[in-house]
Amino acid sequence: MSSDKYLDQLKREGRIVVVGASLAGLRGAETLRAEGFTGSLTMIGDEPYEPYDRPPLSKQVLLGRATADHTALPRRRAIDAEWRLGVAAAGLDMAARRVRLADGDEVEYDRLLIATGVRARPWPQEDEAELDGVFVLRTRDDAVALERALAQSPRRVLVIGAGFTGSEIASACRERGLSVTVAERGAAPLVGALGGVVGEVAAKMQREAGVDLRTGVMVTALEGDSSGHVRSARLSDGSSVETDVVIVSLGATRNTEWLLGSGLGAGPRGIACDAGCRAFDVRGIVTDDIYVAGDVARSPHALFGYQFLSLEHWGNAVAQAETAAHNMLSESVDRRPHMWVPAFWSSQFGVNIKSVGVPSMGTEILIAQGSREERRFTGVYGYQGRVIGAVTFDQTRWLPFYEQLIETTAPFPPPFPTVDRRPEGNRPLPADFPDPSVPSHGPTVTLSGYSPADRRMTFTPARH
Amino acid sequence: MRLVVDLNRCQGYAQCAFLAPDVFAMHGEEALLYDPQADDSRRDEIARAVAACPVQAIFAEGLDGTDGTPAPAQEATREQ
Ligand SMILES: Cc1cc2nc3c(=O)[nH]c(=O)nc-3n(C[C@H](O)[C@H](O)[C@H](O)COP(=O)(O)OP(=O)(O)OC[C@H]3O[C@@H](n4cnc5c(N)ncnc54)[C@H](O)[C@@H]3O)c2cc1C
Ligand code: SF4
Repeated sequence: MSSDKYLDQLKREGRIVVVGASLAGLRGAETLRAEGFTGSLTMIGDEPYEPYDRPPLSKQVLLGRATADHTALPRRRAIDAEWRLGVAAAGLDMAARRVRLADGDEVEYDRLLIATGVRARPWPQEDEAELDGVFVLRTRDDAVALERALAQSPRRVLVIGAGFTGSEIASACRERGLSVTVAERGAAPLVGALGGVVGEVAAKMQREAGVDLRTGVMVTALEGDSSGHVRSARLSDGSSVETDVVIVSLGATRNTEWLLGSGLGAGPRGIACDAGCRAFDVRGIVTDDIYVAGDVARSPHALFGYQFLSLEHWGNAVAQAETAAHNMLSESVDRRPHMWVPAFWSSQFGVNIKSVGVPSMGTEILIAQGSREERRFTGVYGYQGRVIGAVTFDQTRWLPFYEQLIETTAPFPPPFPTVDRRPEGNRPLPADFPDPSVPSHGPTVTLSGYSPADRRMTFTPARH
Repeated sequence: MRLVVDLNRCQGYAQCAFLAPDVFAMHGEEALLYDPQADDSRRDEIARAVAACPVQAIFAEGLDGTDGTPAPAQEATREQ
């Protein structure tokens, strides 16, 4: 059969299975229908809920502006799918093109889209993680439980890890008038994603908002009372913090365990795929029927030297899912590369923080506009003489301009004057990123080398 | 009524916050907070916000008619 005939048939009566029914899974499914797929579509998701949006969980929901059950994603179109919610995919048989479910059922596919995302990395000491009052924040259920605990006016909240999510949680707690301690192993909040020059600003923001910020420390133990409720935390500097609520915000783990032994190139770093979102197998050979999108994917990017990037970014999940779905139904010449320029936002302590490109690749930063002191600035990151990323604090309107510089691999430092250049923007500073080999809560962009078959572990939580 | 704002795209112009203040609010100078499931009675206001957003960052279910059902606010969104 000629391949366009096969594609016609696939579009008309094929079977497409999507594993992971969240942002990427939903937007992928909608794109399949939008591109004329009329066959059978199955959505498999281990959460019992229809796809919902996560960013509000650490913002609107914790601020009491919305409830966690009111975050369902708006639908772009009806997808007419069979939903298998509340049941996990437990295995994959690539030869038989079959997904095995945790309840024993099996679902066959002609094309598979994997969008299983990541989960919050739990507190490594299991008995301590099980204490009442110890939370993570990734899911709707997590948000409901955390919000309920915050509503009981705890005497103090401890946030472990000052990445984006941890910082947003601390910010929401302060707005609720709660006492908050933040413990961060790095030198400042957000250092993994934005470097020390910007991290310093984030630290000042936290302290001015009344956060008891402790940097350069690790929490070594959580202690509970006789009823099994957390009461205090011990820190590596010998101090301790009395607390009723602990939020473990130590980054994320990729949901790839269910693929172990399947032969797919999946591991702790995610699932490697080519620029067209097709998954690689363990031998580094690209598959033709399995596609990957969203937080679980690691894909090579032309603008960043074809290194594999893992992006825990909302916009990436949407764009990659659309591309994967399009390519799934297309002839090879009609396929598109996933060339999305990474972009991210966060709002915390009343400031809108946005970035484009890959700041964490940068070795230098230039405060091109505005001033750090005023919390209103644009930082441009340079790598090997070109612009590789940018961050804005309350200056989002300038960001598209810098995105264009990244896309056109413009020289760094930019050889032209910018409006509102201050003395601090006269010359680039070292961007001051922590050594990437030192485990931290993790940046939201992970550069993971050049090998599609790389399954090495990057972080092993301490076991006792 | 479900909605989502693409905050990568949002430029903090605040038009939406003027037109539908119960649904969209600025938090600080340019961060936007919105109600992801606003009351259906806000439909007309939301439609106006969707239409007025200069970067088309707001997506509200059923307002652009892509689900096949003609939406009451379709005209409003088409005007832009
Ligand atoms: C609190 C919070 C705040 C955030 N804020 C921002 C922000 O401000 N800006 C931004 O850009 N991004 C933000 N993000 C990140 C953004 O939400 C993610 O990038 C996005 O959700 C990724 O979508 P995804 O579909 O790839 O993965 P996920 O949303 O992780 O979805 C994966 C789904 O697959 C399910 N699953 C996993 N394993 C299996 C299995 N074996 N079988 C069946 N189902 C399975 C999971 O339970 C989950 O439902 C935030 C995330 C969180 C948690
Ligand atoms: S009108 Fe659009 S750009 Fe302006 S704040 Fe609202 S969503 Fe953002």
